[in-house]
Amino acid sequence: MKLRLPSPATLGPLLALLLACAFFAIRSDRFLTGDNLSLVLQQVMVVGVIAIGQTLVILTAGVDLSCGMVMALGGMVMTKLAVEHQVPVPLAIACGLAVTTLFGLLNGFLVTRVKLPPFIVTLGTLNIAFAITQLYSGAQTVTELPESMTALGGTFQVGSTAVVFGAVLMLVLYGVATFALSQTAPGRHVYAVGNNPEAARLAGIATQRVLLGVYVLAGACYGIAALLSVARTGVGDPNAGQTENLDTITAVVLGGTSLFGGRGTVLGSLLGALIVGVFRNGLTLIGVSSVYQVLVTGILVILAVATDQFSRRGGRVA
Amino acid sequence: MSGAIVMQAIGLVKRYGHVTALDGTDFELRAGEILAVIGDNGAGKSSLIKALSGALVPDEGEIFLDGNVVRFRSPIDARRAGIETVYQDLAVAPAMTIAENLFLGRELRKPGIPGRLFRMLDKRRMLAESMAHMQDLQIGIRSMKQAVETLSGGQRQGVAVARSAAFARHVVIMDEPTAALGVKEGNMVLELIRRVRERGLPVVLISHNMPHVFEVADRIHVARLGRRAAVLNPKRVSMSDTVAVMTGAMRPDELPADALA
Repeated sequence: MKLRLPSPATLGPLLALLLACAFFAIRSDRFLTGDNLSLVLQQVMVVGVIAIGQTLVILTAGVDLSCGMVMALGGMVMTKLAVEHQVPVPLAIACGLAVTTLFGLLNGFLVTRVKLPPFIVTLGTLNIAFAITQLYSGAQTVTELPESMTALGGTFQVGSTAVVFGAVLMLVLYGVATFALSQTAPGRHVYAVGNNPEAARLAGIATQRVLLGVYVLAGACYGIAALLSVARTGVGDPNAGQTENLDTITAVVLGGTSLFGGRGTVLGSLLGALIVGVFRNGLTLIGVSSVYQVLVTGILVILAVATDQFSRRGGRVA
Repeated sequence: MSGAIVMQAIGLVKRYGHVTALDGTDFELRAGEILAVIGDNGAGKSSLIKALSGALVPDEGEIFLDGNVVRFRSPIDARRAGIETVYQDLAVAPAMTIAENLFLGRELRKPGIPGRLFRMLDKRRMLAESMAHMQDLQIGIRSMKQAVETLSGGQRQGVAVARSAAFARHVVIMDEPTAALGVKEGNMVLELIRRVRERGLPVVLISHNMPHVFEVADRIHVARLGRRAAVLNPKRVSMSDTVAVMTGAMRPDELPADALA
């Protein structure tokens, strides 16, 4: 494969990210250090992995509001099984992954078979997953996890910088998702289904199967994110995933993926997640209160969607 | 025109509750012809086309393709049998490229391990073949990597026609292909329809546009009240008589014998 310049669609987010980095590098000499950038990656990895699933769903013109809560449930299942029921760690992790994937399947089933709008379906499963998490955990945090369960939170040295394994896993997953979406037929079908479902159906694409697959894969992503979240925090937290829920949608939208489906890239979502991460990290470094970080995130999202709207209106030939 | 019969339907019936959309209609498409299908609203024209393209399953009657009975349960069945349909509402994915649209649902994979194991698409071959198909129909578009939404309506319809011509083995059905287009673009699409016929594919053209029908059709199938009222020869019948037959103002047997095809 030839190395190409980033496409115009990912150029915007890339520029925004570089500008943000430049701004914070000027304002704080601690920003552009290896350790700090590694910290940004570590802070971004959970949102980043959820955002892969979220991108898939949004590419089909859907949205998944349940992602963070499903992740929290997955994390709870993994940690509780391992700590309280002495289930071997790999099996406990597999069970957590299975639960999040099943939630994806449930979302997909309700969207494709019962034909409910994704917004409503996932609003429902958001609450269901949240309630189950609270009931199952008794609202108690699970601590004293076996070491192997948090292995992905461990680090390795690159020069003098400690890089966390989980961040590498995230980057690998982005690589796989980018390849699948751009180089394989099922990946292109995800775009076609989001772009014009009727045309996709008439072209012989099993559109319902594509949709179902997307929700199931998204559920699997949330399971992996659960493992990363557990590894990062070192506990099973029943209140995990609450900020991640909307952060992922923010990341996807900032990354240039259209909420109307059919346009966007997962790489853009990674950039989007990094933009949010860099803003949070940078604003903290220069001592701005966290309320302003939320404010900035909100403004960024609206700007990103407005750009999407304008570019689409401008680019369309009637 | 007396080519062999490529596609035939006998006694098709379709009822929706009390409404009879098809009341035992017949249909006949010959090799190498452009057959126009016309009819008033509710004449059973679109139900007939839907039955032929697999979008509707008739209650009674038989459809034959090259003399063999076929029963389509979906448009995909019809496509597998070599019948391609071009839809009125430009069934393309606008954000995707021309090449991707041409091969949508029929993507080519790379040979060897990249294709088999990693399911990699052969983008280069799809680009090259798209170019060949478009040039075949003399559609002048430079890059197959252009997104379809950057094209004009006529060019988009060109993409849809090229797709069906590239993959149809027996029949191309075109449902109001010029309806959404201006005069110039409409004429361009008519020219495309002729080129498809020149490539040896018979075309079923559904149209409301009488001048278009008379310009390209070899025969005209007139649908009326869920049946086939007549098949007319556009070289021997006037447009006004055709409309009269279509609306029931004139009986087909009032026409001179050589007007019937």
